[in-house]
Amino acid sequence: MNKGTKLAMGFATISLLLVGCGKATSSTSSSKSSSAALSGKVTAVGSTALQPLAAKAGANFQSKHSKVNLTVQGGGSGTGLSQVQSGAVSIGDSDIFAEEKQGIDASKLTDHKVAVVGMGPVVNKDAGVKNLKMSQLKKIFTGKITNWKMVGGKDQKIVIINRAQGSGTRATFENAVLKGKTAVKSQEQDSNGAVQKIVATTPGAVSYLAFSYYTNKVQALSINNVAPTDNNVENNKWKIWSYEHMYTKGKPNATTAAFLSYMTSKDVQNSLVKDMGYISIHDMQVTKDAKGVVTSK
Amino acid sequence: MEQTNSSFKQEKTQTKDWAYTLHHATRATHEDWLGRSISYTCIGIIILVVASMLWFITSKGIATFTQNHVNVWQFLSGTNWAPDQGKIGALPMIVGSFAVTFAAALVATPFAIGTAIFMTEIAPKRGRKFLQPVIELLVGIPSVVYGFIGLAVVVPFMRHLVGGSGFGIISATFVLFVMVLPTITTMTVDSLRAVPRFYKEASLALGATRWQTVSRVILRAATPGILTAIIFGMARAFGEALAVQMVIGNAAIMPKNLVSPAATLTSQLTTGIGDTIDGTLPNNALWSLALILLLMSLFFNALVRVIAKRGQLSHER
Repeated sequence: MNKGTKLAMGFATISLLLVGCGKATSSTSSSKSSSAALSGKVTAVGSTALQPLAAKAGANFQSKHSKVNLTVQGGGSGTGLSQVQSGAVSIGDSDIFAEEKQGIDASKLTDHKVAVVGMGPVVNKDAGVKNLKMSQLKKIFTGKITNWKMVGGKDQKIVIINRAQGSGTRATFENAVLKGKTAVKSQEQDSNGAVQKIVATTPGAVSYLAFSYYTNKVQALSINNVAPTDNNVENNKWKIWSYEHMYTKGKPNATTAAFLSYMTSKDVQNSLVKDMGYISIHDMQVTKDAKGVVTSK
Repeated sequence: MEQTNSSFKQEKTQTKDWAYTLHHATRATHEDWLGRSISYTCIGIIILVVASMLWFITSKGIATFTQNHVNVWQFLSGTNWAPDQGKIGALPMIVGSFAVTFAAALVATPFAIGTAIFMTEIAPKRGRKFLQPVIELLVGIPSVVYGFIGLAVVVPFMRHLVGGSGFGIISATFVLFVMVLPTITTMTVDSLRAVPRFYKEASLALGATRWQTVSRVILRAATPGILTAIIFGMARAFGEALAVQMVIGNAAIMPKNLVSPAATLTSQLTTGIGDTIDGTLPNNALWSLALILLLMSLFFNALVRVIAKRGQLSHER
């Protein structure tokens, strides 16, 4: 066998592999396992805020059901929603309601709320501020208040670090704080990690983070003297929070359904969810709908 | 063919062997065919990939104008970038991209030419032994590492030096300077080495000093090559996404000065792409940004070709 033939065979193998991959992805959404033992492939794609929890729970789920092949990927809430809508993946992870996202037909998707995330404003430690009124916070992010001394802090310029336009965290924050007003144009970062690092090192910086990213290197703010704690989220005294959604297109297949019910089981909600800094959906004393209307349970 | 065979037969007795060799391919000929078909297949696949990418990006990129009916001129000259509210003015990103590209090339070029002259004319031995590997190492460092160093070192340094948050065009310039330096240097070295030996010898024989020879003869002769090197460096700076995104601050506003946060086409793409839905205006707008990037890299390539052609002509004269 000469070199040429080997090369040709290599190409053949690669193209076969590619064909194989194509088939595997297309079959995920359509495959319906009816047998008692769970098997098949489940792919969850989307929100990076939900990703660590979904990945951990997915790994635990797989160790219980060895025939299930479960993959969790990031990519952002927008990616998750559009991929599940097009049927490319079985589960689309999202920080926001599908109704809130332009271009998504929410009526075709089924919502599964698997956790709650509290978020809150954080500032650089040198700003000298620990509490703000909601109205002050709004004025900061709309550019009306530009110096920390205007809200009782040091004489220092406010540096706003926002999240990328269209990100789930930003949508949640703007719904709760800005209430329809537009944020002033400013720096944008695309992850909690980057925001945490930049707020910690930049004098006068203000941004917002999920509770699980709070560290002692940044100053978490109270709003109207309400502290950012899980308890205050559960009774809705703390307004900035959102559900973590797992969307499926129509009715999920047996394996996907089993995973979703595993996610919301007491087992996961009381241990994994809390350990990783999320809030259990069972502890919530209120519910919030896609329009942001809160009703007590 | 039959006719030729018969005519051969009439003339010589050996023609049978001739005909056999002509009509029946040898092993070597088979290999030739195989080799040729493999390379044609490869070329075909690559052309297909490139063509479909061009088509894909173009068709997605112009959807903003054909489906969402955004005016092209408004897109290119508008300064308000808020895709969620239907406002897509891409000028801040275009200006940001060009600003960091030109600034990085401007800073890097003198250093690159200096290094290249040192490596070829002043200390060719040490240059080849020591500097060459160092420069090549710089090429191999992944861009995320440059970005991380930028975030941890350059941004705080700029904050102390000029105030503000430290994020901005100047930090991006600094990071890109280090990233394009090896590109420009190695290509300048190549073009300096390509200057014919007799140019140098003639110059020295006429009594020119070494520096006069370098500055007036060698650099002059290598100018087209050096320009090509700079443009390749600029193309790299223009397309760099990750490292720039980490230090520029990603604020889609017109940059007022070098130390306020700005955004580039690439940084806006990487921050925004995960949060948009296929087929909606925010997503299409990002594809339009990608289309601008594509057109710019085509432009850089065309520029390199033009310069190479002009350089050839001037050498021949």
